[in-house]
Amino acid sequence: MDNPYRPYPVRIDEIEIATEDKSLKTFKFVFLNEEDGEKFSHRAGQFAELSIPGKGEIPIGIASSPTEKGFVKFTVFKTGVVTSYLHNMKVGDIMGIRGPLGNSYPWDKLEGKNLVIIGGGFAFTTLRASIVYMLDPANRSKFGKIDVVYGARSPGMLLYRDELFEWERRDDINMHITVDGTDDPTWGYNVGFVPTIVEQKAPKASPETYAIVCGPPIMIKFTQPALEKLGYGDEQIIMSLENRMKCGIGMCGRCNIGKELVCKDGPVFTLKELNRTPREY
Amino acid sequence: MKVIQIDKNDWNRGIDASRKAYHLFGPVTDNNQSMFKQLAPDQYPDMEKPDTIMSPKSVLFPQTEKLLGATLDPTAENHHIMERPETDYSPRAVIGIRPYDARAVALVKLNFDTPEYRDPYWCDAYAATTFVGLAVNQPSVTDFSTAMGSGPFAEEGLDALLVDAGDLYLAKVLTPKGEAFFSAAGFDTVADTDESLEKIEQLKNKAETAMGPLAVFTDKLAQKSILDLHGAPFWEDLAFTCINCGTCTFVCPTCWCFDIQDETKGNSAARFRNWDTCMSPLFTKHGSGHNPRGEKTQRVRQRFMHKLKYFLDKYDSGTMCVGCGRCVEKCPVNIDIRQVCNKMNSYEPQK
Ligand SMILES: Cc1cc2nc3c(=O)[nH]c(=O)nc-3n(C[C@H](O)[C@H](O)[C@H](O)COP(=O)(O)OP(=O)(O)OC[C@H]3O[C@@H](n4cnc5c(N)ncnc54)[C@H](O)[C@@H]3O)c2cc1C
Ligand code: SF4
Ligand code: SF4
Ligand code: FES
Repeated sequence: MDNPYRPYPVRIDEIEIATEDKSLKTFKFVFLNEEDGEKFSHRAGQFAELSIPGKGEIPIGIASSPTEKGFVKFTVFKTGVVTSYLHNMKVGDIMGIRGPLGNSYPWDKLEGKNLVIIGGGFAFTTLRASIVYMLDPANRSKFGKIDVVYGARSPGMLLYRDELFEWERRDDINMHITVDGTDDPTWGYNVGFVPTIVEQKAPKASPETYAIVCGPPIMIKFTQPALEKLGYGDEQIIMSLENRMKCGIGMCGRCNIGKELVCKDGPVFTLKELNRTPREY
Repeated sequence: MKVIQIDKNDWNRGIDASRKAYHLFGPVTDNNQSMFKQLAPDQYPDMEKPDTIMSPKSVLFPQTEKLLGATLDPTAENHHIMERPETDYSPRAVIGIRPYDARAVALVKLNFDTPEYRDPYWCDAYAATTFVGLAVNQPSVTDFSTAMGSGPFAEEGLDALLVDAGDLYLAKVLTPKGEAFFSAAGFDTVADTDESLEKIEQLKNKAETAMGPLAVFTDKLAQKSILDLHGAPFWEDLAFTCINCGTCTFVCPTCWCFDIQDETKGNSAARFRNWDTCMSPLFTKHGSGHNPRGEKTQRVRQRFMHKLKYFLDKYDSGTMCVGCGRCVEKCPVNIDIRQVCNKMNSYEPQK
């Protein structure tokens, strides 16, 4: 019988230091058993539990797109017990992955629409998965205009830099990269907080346009009014939340907001849905 | 409906006979505390004291349970690969469980056995277990189970219901599992059905009358909005005296929230789950320090909202309180769920 607590064994295949201060690393995992890899078929926006035997388990957004086959990637911020241990692990080490978990961005509903992708800090991971997914040659025609507002504290803290600048050069996606501040005189992109840049650069609302927001609670809080000013309605604003989790499958009772469980009914909710729940996130 | 009659003089002999086929759990007194435990080979359930301080939830959901284990020895094959340990899920019977606790098991099942995920540890233990209940002839003053969808003679979640009728037990056989238990115990004297059902009905009426009118109401909870109740002004006052000890959640038969923690010993790693409580500030604290329920009031509200509103809205199976009264009796500062329930039930937001 399937055991939803049992992680699939994986091997660390690649580790990439993602930011200047080394606080974020991107880990590429391959499944030890091919069947596990096949069962792990995710949609952009979902997360997984990274599982280090003897150390613990942590929920992390899946950074690779479903269109990238044969591996899964996660970008992890070093903050506490498990993440610090993970940051010290080496290529070839064996650990576990449980998932994919949670719902995803509502891709059925988003097909045929214009999208504004708004991300801040390291919560950009599942948005990277979404962008790669939409830009895949097999998928690009399914979506209209794509705008991305992505911000980090400083240029050195931007994730996936190579890809960002490659997307910047493409003409089928509008990138609005920003940093809170910089003393680099050659910085040629925006300076300012994400909500400000959203107000200045994001397209005005239309019935055909949806906004996806993923970031720290404070960014979510200030981005919402910015989008509302641009005319976005409650159903057009889609947010990805992070509550503290353990089981990831709706059983430990930890991550609820009202009767919704962020791990199972979420982490993605429309603002309309969130307006019906107590603000406990 | 079959009713079996068991002479109390035959009870211990039947219990012994059933041990061949079942691991037995029952109420026992340990350190002056009565609780449900696995019975030692020479131990009998204390049928005079089945109103245990701790609920029998640990039979299916141990306070600490090993979920997975792995070896960290890099020379071993399968090192760092976590597997479920061998656990004995041969048949077990819980003797003397009260009807309100049996209803609690049925409610907890909604959490652990869902259309999307099945918790294999809980579900395997559940499948292996036979519940032989004992009706409550003399309800305690804190028992308000009839108001919460259960009652002293309720049958939900039970495989059999024993009714203490003086020198004998009248046993209602409710499921094939119950039938199998009685045959393993050698209890096979079929009673006159009409006569015994009438006797049971009398005892039931007596017990319910003794409970008196229970002024605990849930009838309007379903119509209230979550946001209104969440925003109600009474939470601050209500939570004022709470010391966040978590007693209410530990004694509760329906509280199922848990934590998961890893441990290593030498080269072996294990992943455990432990009961946890929403009364603890750590329960929802993020690694970043952000805590959506950092204030005591928010946590007390969460406990009552979960039991009396979120669960009700989510499953349409009544509230997540079965009225056992344990939290009412054990709370060191006398926070009483009966009063909270009535406050919530009658709350009208100021327009
Ligand atoms: C849906 C989701 C997606 C996430 N995606 C990412 C990501 O892509 N990259 C990333 O770096 N981080 C992400 N996080 C945050 C990450 O889970 C925490 O930083 C991590 O759990 C900290 O673990 P620790 O053991 O190092 O910290 P410690 O402070 O030592 O322990 C924190 C404990 O809290 C638990 N926990 C569960 N959820 C959270 C949470 N949201 N915040 C903090 N602690 C939590 C963990 O079980 C952990 O054992 C995500 C969280 C959620 C809920
Ligand atoms: S038992 Fe009483 S004091 Fe302790 S946490 Fe529960 S409500 Fe608070
Ligand atoms: S909330 Fe209190 S009265 Fe209700 S089932 Fe739990 S312990 Fe019993
Ligand atoms: S993480 Fe356990 S219920 Fe959501």
